[in-house]
Amino acid sequence: MQLEMTEEQTLIVAMVRRFVREEILPLELNLDPDTDILDPDDEARLTGLVKEMGFYGMGIPPEYGGPDMDMVTRTLVAIEMSQHRAGLYAPCYGVFGGASLAQLFEANDDQKDRYLYPTLRGEKRGFFGLTEPSGGSDPARAIQTKAVQDGDDWVINGGKIFISGADRADYGLVFARTSEDKGRGGVTCFIVDTNTPGFHVRRIVHTLRSAHYATELQFDDMRVPAANILGEVNKGFAIANDRLSRQRIPYSAGCIGVAVKAHELALEYSKVRETFGAPLSSRQSIQWMLVDNEIDIQQARWATLEAASLADRGEPFRKQAAMAKLIASEGASRVVDRSMQIHGGYGVTKDFPVERWYREMRIRRIGEGPSEVQSHITARDILGASLR
Amino acid sequence: MRLNKPWLPLEDSQIERIGAQLGVYELADDLGTVLYIGAADARSLFGLRGELEHRIGSAARFRVEVNTAYRTRQRELLMVHFADHGRYPEFNTEQETRGLGRLS
Repeated sequence: MQLEMTEEQTLIVAMVRRFVREEILPLELNLDPDTDILDPDDEARLTGLVKEMGFYGMGIPPEYGGPDMDMVTRTLVAIEMSQHRAGLYAPCYGVFGGASLAQLFEANDDQKDRYLYPTLRGEKRGFFGLTEPSGGSDPARAIQTKAVQDGDDWVINGGKIFISGADRADYGLVFARTSEDKGRGGVTCFIVDTNTPGFHVRRIVHTLRSAHYATELQFDDMRVPAANILGEVNKGFAIANDRLSRQRIPYSAGCIGVAVKAHELALEYSKVRETFGAPLSSRQSIQWMLVDNEIDIQQARWATLEAASLADRGEPFRKQAAMAKLIASEGASRVVDRSMQIHGGYGVTKDFPVERWYREMRIRRIGEGPSEVQSHITARDILGASLR
Repeated sequence: MRLNKPWLPLEDSQIERIGAQLGVYELADDLGTVLYIGAADARSLFGLRGELEHRIGSAARFRVEVNTAYRTRQRELLMVHFADHGRYPEFNTEQETRGLGRLS
């Protein structure tokens, strides 16, 4: 494994780091500490800058107009992009563009015309509807939303929870059970227009993320044409599963970026804050916290980059991605916690970003599969098929 | 989902009793028509109390909810208001309602 960044990667990382420090951090001084949106003028200006840099839409394959960037480079960039107050869930406030719903790149031509291309042009928004009140960690078995075929249509009944962006979306990917098979073999993915009769956003679900909410959805006799099935009937779980594995790498990178910044702030603060006549950094208890931060960050960085490297080489990376997600989310949580401790009373105020990271980082040990599920995936991989 | 706190007269004596916490508030006229849905965010010097001091002329009543998730709660109240009335409150700006979702 190559442990040294290429010349190009070094240049890209330096550009993004400079962008965050010179463009994002100064703006953040005047924003509500809990916000995840920029003033429209700033958003337009910064999006233009990112496009000029050639980094817009990094998750979009080059054949669809995205920059041709491998997963390792994207991971390095994602670590840089999250190094600010809103960075964990709104890296650079979204001015680098998103990848839209990656599953749509596998859609048929008609579906691409109706959903993928308008999304890439910024004309449509989508959501990803997998988790249900019955559970999210084991979606193959937990999905109770049912779709029953009726002529050329499928009629969907059920609901989803913890769904981001459904209230503002034009369409979404909704996973529903389409056979009596209780496991992963009986799940189908439907592309659902949100103006379909029977589609309801029932309520907002508030979380520790005070700038972002999830929604709860209800489907009442929602009729979806068969032409809106993504992939094949009863083969939707593979679509969901692929997304879950891939998403773990940038998810881990975001955790690392925030940990890096929290550690940096703690280091600086420990050198200037004095207690009993000497700086905090001279105290062994503080030094050990800083050393533990350093170790947690290094472990997470290498585990995540290894998973990204495997993905780039086209090799299996499910186990490495699961371990990276586990190491990064748990390690970054410890880093933020220690950094808050070093900051003392200031650490829990909204004057410093550590307070926001502390709340939001707690979600990272649960979102995209909790730590225990990552352990389960790893165990299944090393023990083989005997472990179900 | 809706803000079900009691309406209070928008008077100095009432506002002085409000804490300086983070949260959301609604202003209404004499008939109870909601004119504005606001939030006291972490930049507010005196939280809800400070925000209510910048009142709207035609407002006669107010109600508040202390809530650290003031940002999402304000968005939720605006979305609920739109679902109920088909429009946003008269004094909420376009910037405050930009990009809000729909409830049904």
